[in-house]
Amino acid sequence: MAENDLKVLGAWPSPYVMRARIALNIKSLDYEFLEETFGSKSQLLLQSNPVHKKIPVLIHGDKPICESLVIVEYIDEVWASSPSILPSHPYDRATARFWASYIDEKWFPAMKGIAAAQAEEARKAAIEQVAEGLALLEDAFQKTSKGKDFFSGDKIGYLDIAFGCFLGWLRVTEKMNGIKFLDETKTPGLAKWAQKFCADAAVKDVMPETEKLAEVAKIITAKLRGAGAPPK
Amino acid sequence: MEDKVVLLDFWPSSYGMRVRIALAEKGIKYEAREENLAEKSPLLLEMNPLHKMIPVLIHNGKPISESLILLQYIDEVWHHSSPLLPSDPYRRSQARFWADYIDKKIYSLGKRVWKEKGEKQEATKKEFIEGLRTIEGELGDKPYFGGEDFGFVDVVLIPLTSWFYSFEICGNFSIEAECPKLVGWARRCMERDSVSKSLPHPQKIYAFALELKQKYGL
Repeated sequence: MAENDLKVLGAWPSPYVMRARIALNIKSLDYEFLEETFGSKSQLLLQSNPVHKKIPVLIHGDKPICESLVIVEYIDEVWASSPSILPSHPYDRATARFWASYIDEKWFPAMKGIAAAQAEEARKAAIEQVAEGLALLEDAFQKTSKGKDFFSGDKIGYLDIAFGCFLGWLRVTEKMNGIKFLDETKTPGLAKWAQKFCADAAVKDVMPETEKLAEVAKIITAKLRGAGAPPK
Repeated sequence: MEDKVVLLDFWPSSYGMRVRIALAEKGIKYEAREENLAEKSPLLLEMNPLHKMIPVLIHNGKPISESLILLQYIDEVWHHSSPLLPSDPYRRSQARFWADYIDKKIYSLGKRVWKEKGEKQEATKKEFIEGLRTIEGELGDKPYFGGEDFGFVDVVLIPLTSWFYSFEICGNFSIEAECPKLVGWARRCMERDSVSKSLPHPQKIYAFALELKQKYGL
């Protein structure tokens, strides 16, 4: 049916693509998943996202929507019946958007910095930055969850999606560096939240297995440390 | 209950100007507090401990920061007057997409183009002009990015035009020559009170830019 003619252009390892898929799952929407080949861009991708040429792209009917968080808000607004993804109060919405922006602009780049670090000093500094960020996010979790399971309360919502999509990569980073970022003593709220998030019905089928991601990580790390620019 | 609205701002900040325009468009009364970024006030540090940056809106004691998030907050709370975002979800998604583009590809480069020199500046200039051309393409023949009505994307972009003169002198190029339609749009926006009263005069901005250049040896 044209109304719900939905396609997602993406790739299974991408946390940004995962955001779009989780949002669609929350709304119980069927969609066609068109997997991009690693290292090349399809004609459809170049046509649908001529500005950035990046995944994810949501194609609704013949209309493309780009940028993962823009896609999530779009899905929430078009299929406005519950369960809702953004909180209803403007202040809570602003808070959720603030932390999502922090995650995208500061926290995840710091995490990528661990893999990109050429020297031990730089690697340690990046690890420290990520840990500091997680302390802030633990605090944010305590404040916004108000004792419930998720950032959004009883059910997963915008900030859970914005942050939770990185859990696979976080686990890979922990493994590759022999560290534990989320643990019961330092980040008790986030440690419990992470398990619940990954087990959620809207998430579990799109969260990649850590071992599979670790394989992809090896390829990307080699590229980041070498002469090549990061692939995405 | 009367709303108490305070804006922590800094007069040359394009991000701060966005919020000034939005508040003016909606006719919201607020207390404007000028920050000295070299000596940030305890209030700023308390209200934005993570980034310690302006603009910060304090609405009935609660802080909101990050200009694009602020614009959406203002639009959602004071939704009865002069909506900034369109009501159609697809058009809203496009507005958000282009606002994000403007921040990542235009504002970020603008910040550098007046400070850099030599080859680095040439490269930044090239990218900056490409960004402006792309956004000019998106404007097309519409009077505003929002179509017939002044809206979200217009508010997001127009403040940077107060810095265009500084970019042109420091970068030795003409934005009007590169993007005449965009400059036409900027003039159209300046006819609105909310914009003309929120943007400092480009000469004032240039004097400020020169001061900073001297101070930091740029």
